[in-house]
Amino acid sequence: MNNNLWLLPEGIEEVLPPDAERLESLRRRILDRYKSWGYELVMPPFIEYLESLLTGTGRELDLKTFKLIDQVSGRTLGVRADMTPQIARIEAHKLRRNVPSRLCYMGTVLNTRADDFSGSRSPLQIGLEMYGHSGVASELEVISLMLETLSLAGIRDVHLDLGHVDVYRSLARQAGLNLEQEAELFDILQRKAKAELDVFLTNQDIATEQATMLAALPELNGGPEILSLARERLAAGNAAVIAALGELESVCKSLAELDSSVPVFCDLAELRGYHYHTGMVFAAFQPGHGQEIARGGRYDEIGKVFGRARPATGFSADLKTLLRLGDVTPQESQRVFAPLDVDTTLVSAIEKLRSEGAQVVQQLPGQGDEAVEMGCTHRLVLSDKNWVVTEL
Amino acid sequence: MSNDSPLVIALSKGRIFKETLPLLAQAGIEPIDDPETSRKLILDTNQENVKVVIIRATDVPTYVQHGAADVGVAGKDVLMEHGGDGLYEPLDLKIACCRLMVAGPVDAQPVQGRLRIATKFINTTRDYYARKGEQVELIKLYGSMELAPLAGLSDRIVDVVDTGNTLKANGLEPQEHIADISSRLVVNKASLKIKHAAIKRLIADLTAAVNG
Repeated sequence: MNNNLWLLPEGIEEVLPPDAERLESLRRRILDRYKSWGYELVMPPFIEYLESLLTGTGRELDLKTFKLIDQVSGRTLGVRADMTPQIARIEAHKLRRNVPSRLCYMGTVLNTRADDFSGSRSPLQIGLEMYGHSGVASELEVISLMLETLSLAGIRDVHLDLGHVDVYRSLARQAGLNLEQEAELFDILQRKAKAELDVFLTNQDIATEQATMLAALPELNGGPEILSLARERLAAGNAAVIAALGELESVCKSLAELDSSVPVFCDLAELRGYHYHTGMVFAAFQPGHGQEIARGGRYDEIGKVFGRARPATGFSADLKTLLRLGDVTPQESQRVFAPLDVDTTLVSAIEKLRSEGAQVVQQLPGQGDEAVEMGCTHRLVLSDKNWVVTEL
Repeated sequence: MSNDSPLVIALSKGRIFKETLPLLAQAGIEPIDDPETSRKLILDTNQENVKVVIIRATDVPTYVQHGAADVGVAGKDVLMEHGGDGLYEPLDLKIACCRLMVAGPVDAQPVQGRLRIATKFINTTRDYYARKGEQVELIKLYGSMELAPLAGLSDRIVDVVDTGNTLKANGLEPQEHIADISSRLVVNKASLKIKHAAIKRLIADLTAAVNG
């Protein structure tokens, strides 16, 4: 006999009291904040045709997506593993606006494998996207909102990491690498494996000038001051490389003017999401947590397959991770135990308390006085013909 | 945790520990306790803000990946098997050098059908034979690989080979070279960004020690 009927699948978790209330309170605060910046909420479906979900996203997302067969159409459906492509589809095909669109979303996604370190296969993804503007102003807005999201979750000591995929992409093109070589170099750079990089560059037929620039990449990381070093080392880079450095400098400068309390780290070999990102990428880190806690970047091409490529940048995070790492206290409210009574004055007293924001739990027939066991902090008692709240 | 939380270095006992110590010493870091005699798993060092944790070699990538240690020293064999996702490998320490090889009985006859390979490097072996276009059967073992062909458990083994003496003593010989192995400095992604100054200095000092 199976005695483990209570067991949940690996990486699938439930949120119980009081965490569920904290999570909900955080969700509301964050979405209200996005609304105050003019971001409109969209609710994409939980499952879609697989092709729409995986469009322009690469093999990684394919492996992460749960699939099933639609008994109606015979086509393959996917359970979303990331909501970003859904938002792109909605923006490109349903909204079709010519002015900038600011969209936000929140929902559970499912992953076939728990690849992030929380071990979860069902993150609660929250994020936002800005469509229709290319330029550092939209990057700044999205980064600011990412930092605000973390601060609403009570996460302190946030570090911001900035990169730009155009630096590597343009240098690789300039060096004339074929796809296979580029893939190998990508893998080496992801690991910042300096020794392997030197061996790779020696073995390939790459002009010395280009090889020197590629060799510099794993060491071009540090505070914003490394960007001037990058300008020297990558001086022979093409216009796209120089433009990317300019964008990074401009964002660093504006961030320093806005809020100097968040340390900024620039990393020119950081290629997170390289296969679909097309510009600046960014992530937030917290000391003691080995992986980024929120991430995002520019992906101007993604809408193309849905008929309309528009510049786009955005970020997302797992709300459950934010809750775990942060410090969220929901608004305090009294929990009042009311006696079992059919007195109309009691009914209106209870109603009044509830409308004022208190939680009132009423005793059930046959139930003893279990106010404390029911987690109540107060009690409703009749005193001199008036119902009054007394502390337990 | 804050920025001035200590820098944690993950090392494994034995050869890697012994060969890493002189390099760390040149970087100005010397553990106060000796892991061979002490039962402590977290060792203090002469620097107040640097700790050394002693763990199994195969656990080093996991500790560093999750940020339980900021940096570590792991053999390339262990990293290849682990996958190394989410880790930086900025420096080849050129210590604990050996080769990852296929070995089999001396003068082994060609095997009909699928080769049975005993190894603890399941992922690496699968990838190696897949690249060769060969379907093999893998048998996961945790130690004493050399026994497997003698006991008829497998046709070949995949293991790290240093001098080759253990193979020879058991009537085996190295047959195919898979990779050259040495130990790498591995760094947690978040740590590099957050404890940037300390880690960059450590990398620079160790680079000087390796080249010096």
